[in-house]
Amino acid sequence: MTASLTYDAIVLGAGVAGLTAGTRLAEDGARVCVLAKGVGSTHLAPGTIDVLGYEPARVDEPGAVLPGFVAAHPEHPYALIGVDAIAPALKWFATRIERGPQPGYRYMGGLERNHLLPTAVGAVRPSALVPETMAAGEIASPAPVCVVGARVLRDFHASLCAANLLRAGVEARAVELELDVGRPEANALGLARRFDAPAFRAAFAARLLPLLRSGERVALPAIVGLSDPHGAWSDLEHRLGRPVFEIPTLPPSAPGIRVYNAVRAALRAAGGRLVLGAEVLGAERDGDRINAVRAHSSGHDTVYGARWFVLATGGFASGAIELGSDWQARETVLGLPLRGMPATGEQRFTADYFGPQPMSTVGVAVDSSLLAQGTENVFVAGAALPGAVPWREGSGEGIALASGNFVAQAVQEREGAAATA
Amino acid sequence: MTEIQSHEELRSSLDHCVKCTICETVCPVSNVTPLFPGPKYAGPQAERFRVHGQPPEESSVDYCSGCGLCTMSCPQGVKIAELNAHARYAVKQRKGVSLRDRLITRPTVLGRLGTPVAPLANAIVRFRPARVLGERLLGVHRDAPVPPFAGRTFRAWARRHQGPSNGTKVVYFHGCGTEYYEPDVGEKVVAVLEHNGYRVEIPKQDCCGLPLQSSGLFDDARKYVLRLARALAPHARDGTLIVGNATSCTLMLKREAREILGLEHDPDLEIVSRQTYDICELLLELHERGDLRTDFQPVEEVVAYHAPCQQQGHWIGKPALELLSLVPGLDVRELDARCCGIAGTYGLKREKYQIAMDAGADLFDQVARSGAELVACDSETCRWQIEHGTHRRSVHPIELLHQAYRL
Repeated sequence: MTASLTYDAIVLGAGVAGLTAGTRLAEDGARVCVLAKGVGSTHLAPGTIDVLGYEPARVDEPGAVLPGFVAAHPEHPYALIGVDAIAPALKWFATRIERGPQPGYRYMGGLERNHLLPTAVGAVRPSALVPETMAAGEIASPAPVCVVGARVLRDFHASLCAANLLRAGVEARAVELELDVGRPEANALGLARRFDAPAFRAAFAARLLPLLRSGERVALPAIVGLSDPHGAWSDLEHRLGRPVFEIPTLPPSAPGIRVYNAVRAALRAAGGRLVLGAEVLGAERDGDRINAVRAHSSGHDTVYGARWFVLATGGFASGAIELGSDWQARETVLGLPLRGMPATGEQRFTADYFGPQPMSTVGVAVDSSLLAQGTENVFVAGAALPGAVPWREGSGEGIALASGNFVAQAVQEREGAAATA
Repeated sequence: MTEIQSHEELRSSLDHCVKCTICETVCPVSNVTPLFPGPKYAGPQAERFRVHGQPPEESSVDYCSGCGLCTMSCPQGVKIAELNAHARYAVKQRKGVSLRDRLITRPTVLGRLGTPVAPLANAIVRFRPARVLGERLLGVHRDAPVPPFAGRTFRAWARRHQGPSNGTKVVYFHGCGTEYYEPDVGEKVVAVLEHNGYRVEIPKQDCCGLPLQSSGLFDDARKYVLRLARALAPHARDGTLIVGNATSCTLMLKREAREILGLEHDPDLEIVSRQTYDICELLLELHERGDLRTDFQPVEEVVAYHAPCQQQGHWIGKPALELLSLVPGLDVRELDARCCGIAGTYGLKREKYQIAMDAGADLFDQVARSGAELVACDSETCRWQIEHGTHRRSVHPIELLHQAYRL
């Protein structure tokens, strides 16, 4: 198939891993196009950067625990990428947020110590890097918490959150406020847009202030601004005269969309292209080399040629890896071999849903440089990688950022080597 | 393909919906009005309760503008916008279609009536009391950006135009906007194509039926689009590419008519949809093969670029951005707003005008902050809405290439 468009590198997938790899490649001077069937998981994710939360005991100092964790899990992406590549990847992300379209908005923390933040049901979740708008939620902080809910936001129950925080030893209570948004119910995104407006915030703060007790910090669902979260959050702290923090909600996730908008802006600023709706249907292979991929577009397909490809299409949840009715799993975009599948005839699932599942570490087979097995120019990043159980380890964003940066560097090294050869 | 078959095919995409609400986050309409609950609720969610042949009670789906951004962003491949189009059609079948929606959705009829009396027609369009009366009687909002007739047609120019007798043949699908309102854009498209070695043929053609489809008049839309397909198919079958500058109309030919009007298996429309190209898509592929003429003179201008929803619906990225970056001196600033709000005839309607302006507010604000006095945009109704909302000139990207070529 003759390529209608050619780039230096094509990235498949627009989640954190795909956008990171695409942006890093573009920043290093490559002509890059990110092809994606649709928007990635950012719009569903809480917006925190989880590097290592459990191993399986809860981790408080990821930097200290990671070397031991990697030694114990030689197949884990962190083992292939190298622990010392993680901190620079977090730094890269934090600076893209700060240079992003949300003025003043920034992330706090790192590998030294996990933040321990409350979830919407009042449980506790460890995260390495969190938005400034969530940091004041630190469970260890002695200040009592007033969890503020609104009936119009049915996805967040302040009393449930406060009750569970109390059981976890945090002095907490709930307050319900009437939020007039002109519609019977609103989702977190609609409210986040409203909080971008100073007038809405002023009215909200005026109604909330008299209900607060001295010394209390305020917990809100993650609705404090979409395009100006820093402005909205600092304004609320100023008006209420006390710390305020967000708690991630059910999708749509405003903090997650802020991440997408910021990294998407960095991709655009670096000259990288993004094509949504372009589901890749097949590839043209020449032995171990993929020369082009055919993407679905309206009317006729579009063929994209490149020297390098990054597969960042995710795992089972995104449909990038599928278990068929023949009990065989396959990678659905480029048909690459997988690793981590139990042998034929062996059990695929155990009854304990949250327990260790036989197929939980399935991913695209890669060598130590994250090159997909049987190819010479396809790298793999993000949840498509084998050897990890991100939702149990609390390592999803850590893997996405570290592997996204790693594969971009790997392409540059090989391009540099080829140029001088 | 009977109507039921095409509907069943769309419904089969329903079960891929995992309720993630990503479509809700990109919907330009549901984010500015409670009247439309959003693509997920009106589409995959409500569709489960709709039995074919039993039209839905609720009519909120009438407020869907058909922009298609939900289908584009859905990571699971659910045909959300298309399902909503069918639901809207079912509501219209039950409640009937207004006189307004039967009139403003026939641009070629309006064009033939208005062109000979353009000065008078345009005076009425600008005459305030007439617009207030028009709003009350016809339901077209008094402030809606109704474009002035050009007073001449593109085809009249095309008949007199003597193009080169050799070169690769290409068929130009100019669309109603070019024919009756912006013939100069059509002339520039032909000039740019000829400058790049094409021999441009302009067969007799009529509307593609998109406005009728958007307002739920599916039978009439089928008549128009199939007549157009019959006219273009002979050229398509001999391998000739069909090029258009109106991204909504080329998308109708490429995909929307086949998916929404259940014409997947019409042989003429099938070959036409494969051979149809957007003008910028064609020129970029030409450039990839090294055949695009890049003798561009400098154009010292700051221009903001907005990709219309239905250009993004081609799922080919933004070729106009690549082409404009070839023009020396041109400072192109890509906007990332989603929608100008007009969606063809949607924003002209009395009950939807303010929703359209609210949906476009983010874009208008980005234009104001972009520092650009000129906005490039591929679709004509969007250009008129952007001019209405920002009081800045809006041009098709081709016009900037034409200027850079100094044709």
